[in-house]
Amino acid sequence: MSGELILAFFLVRYFRQSQPDSSPFKKWDKQLLQTMYVIAALGVLDLVVFKNSVLNWVAHFFLLGAIGIAYVLPELRFFRNTVIAVLPFAIVSFLTDVVGLIHTPFFQKIEDYFEIIQICTVAWMIAMLIGVNKQRKALEKERQKREIEEEQNRFIAARRAELETMVAARTSELLTQKEELEHALMELRETQVQLIQKEKMASLGELTAGIAHEIQNPLNFVNNFSEVNKELLDEMEHEVDKGNMAEVKEIMKDIKENEIKISQHGKRADAIVKGMLQHSRLSSGKKEPTDINALADEYLRLSYHGLRAKDKSFNATFKTDFDESIKEIEVIPQDIGRVLLNLINNAFYSVNEKKKAWSQTPNTDRYDPIVYVATKRLDGKVQICVKDNGMGIPQKVLDKIYQPFFTTKPAGQGTGLGLSLSYEILKAHGGELRVETREGEFAQFIMELPFASVDKV
Amino acid sequence: MKILVVDDEQDMQTLFQQRFRKEIKEGLANFAFANSGEAALQYLQQHHHEAVLILSDINMPGMSGLELLQHIKQKYATPPPVVMMITAYGDSENYNTAMQLGADDFLTKPIDFQLLKEKLKIKVNG
Repeated sequence: MSGELILAFFLVRYFRQSQPDSSPFKKWDKQLLQTMYVIAALGVLDLVVFKNSVLNWVAHFFLLGAIGIAYVLPELRFFRNTVIAVLPFAIVSFLTDVVGLIHTPFFQKIEDYFEIIQICTVAWMIAMLIGVNKQRKALEKERQKREIEEEQNRFIAARRAELETMVAARTSELLTQKEELEHALMELRETQVQLIQKEKMASLGELTAGIAHEIQNPLNFVNNFSEVNKELLDEMEHEVDKGNMAEVKEIMKDIKENEIKISQHGKRADAIVKGMLQHSRLSSGKKEPTDINALADEYLRLSYHGLRAKDKSFNATFKTDFDESIKEIEVIPQDIGRVLLNLINNAFYSVNEKKKAWSQTPNTDRYDPIVYVATKRLDGKVQICVKDNGMGIPQKVLDKIYQPFFTTKPAGQGTGLGLSLSYEILKAHGGELRVETREGEFAQFIMELPFASVDKV
Repeated sequence: MKILVVDDEQDMQTLFQQRFRKEIKEGLANFAFANSGEAALQYLQQHHHEAVLILSDINMPGMSGLELLQHIKQKYATPPPVVMMITAYGDSENYNTAMQLGADDFLTKPIDFQLLKEKLKIKVNG
């Protein structure tokens, strides 16, 4: 069998098998297969009819044809190195036969040279094919490496896309949460404002009944005494007519006294209304020079009157001890007024509760409820004490009393914001609030406020 | 006629004395004053045979007017003194409690002295 046919067969087979499925060359697949069969058939024929010259030419034709295709078709460019390996052998083999055909004597003369050249071309072919194979393997390795890299890249890209989706989802989730939180925060702020207002109104509400009563009482006196005076004047006129001057003088004295009473009760009503207005007025939020003694006194009276009107059995003594050397201090009067009102209300509440409990248990000694408000000038600050001899604060609730919504009062009676707001107000003033107490005996709230810049003398 | 006025407002005494000026002068009425429920009970203990009529405020520190009323009605059954309640709170709760405890009348502040005088006349004459 001729070497040309074997080479042609393997070349075609190589072309066919080395093509990836995606190659456009695949459309020739069937034809290539047929070509292989033809070459194989020729090879078998060659074995049978040994050294047939026609067959020899056909073999040349197939080998050169295969080489030619590899040069012509761009899809087979990859095989050029293989083709170059085979080419010298094909050409030399072809030329040998051509020369043999044209000029036999000359061929016989140089046949040895041809054989040497042919051996060279075979050697070249083998060396070249080994090289090509090596190169091909290296390329294949490179290709595989690239494929792995690509696979990795694809995986990374997919993972990245996945992560990006997750990040986007998480981001939008977080954004929603942020919005929800902001909304909740806004609602909380609104609620806080409402609660503060409610607390304020609650303490005002507690006072309202008392204030109404405390205004009604002096007004009654004003009306009654002025009516009495009218009667007395009629009577006096009568006595003047009779000339009973001693009686006239007596009546005049009464009228004067009554006038003083009218004025006193008028002023009493006036003071209560002013105090009420100051409490209900929205805080200006501005610090202003404030007479802390007057403020404490006013809220003490407001609280007392309020509770007295609300609870028919309420009774307590209040005492004050004001340091007159404190002139004015810089505070927000409405805010500090609320602190005072809270502390004083609590004090009265406590003594009243103790009194109720006292009356239900057999006691030999009397209990006199006393609420005591005192101010004192200290170094750079003012101390205001609200002390009561009431229930005191049990140790177990002592650390909770400044917590918002903590209350010992029955449900619906306290907002639980009084002390917590008081604490906040004092903090905002750069002051402080502390308590000294013994359960069942007393409670003393001590607030300290800095003088700030103003201490008018 | 002896009248005991119970009120924690000191000026009530002055007011009554001047409002009943004529009656006091003519000896038609004789007033006593107590500024708390406790003081009123103390007075009654000492002068219970004298007291004919009691006018009491309800809202007072310490013993309230209603407590005083209860005490009086329990302690002095024969002859029962006439007790009239006077209050700034004319609410039905106070009124009902007062009536339940045996109050003879219920007046609201500001006191209409003309009306009070008429009521007193009826109580004394009837």
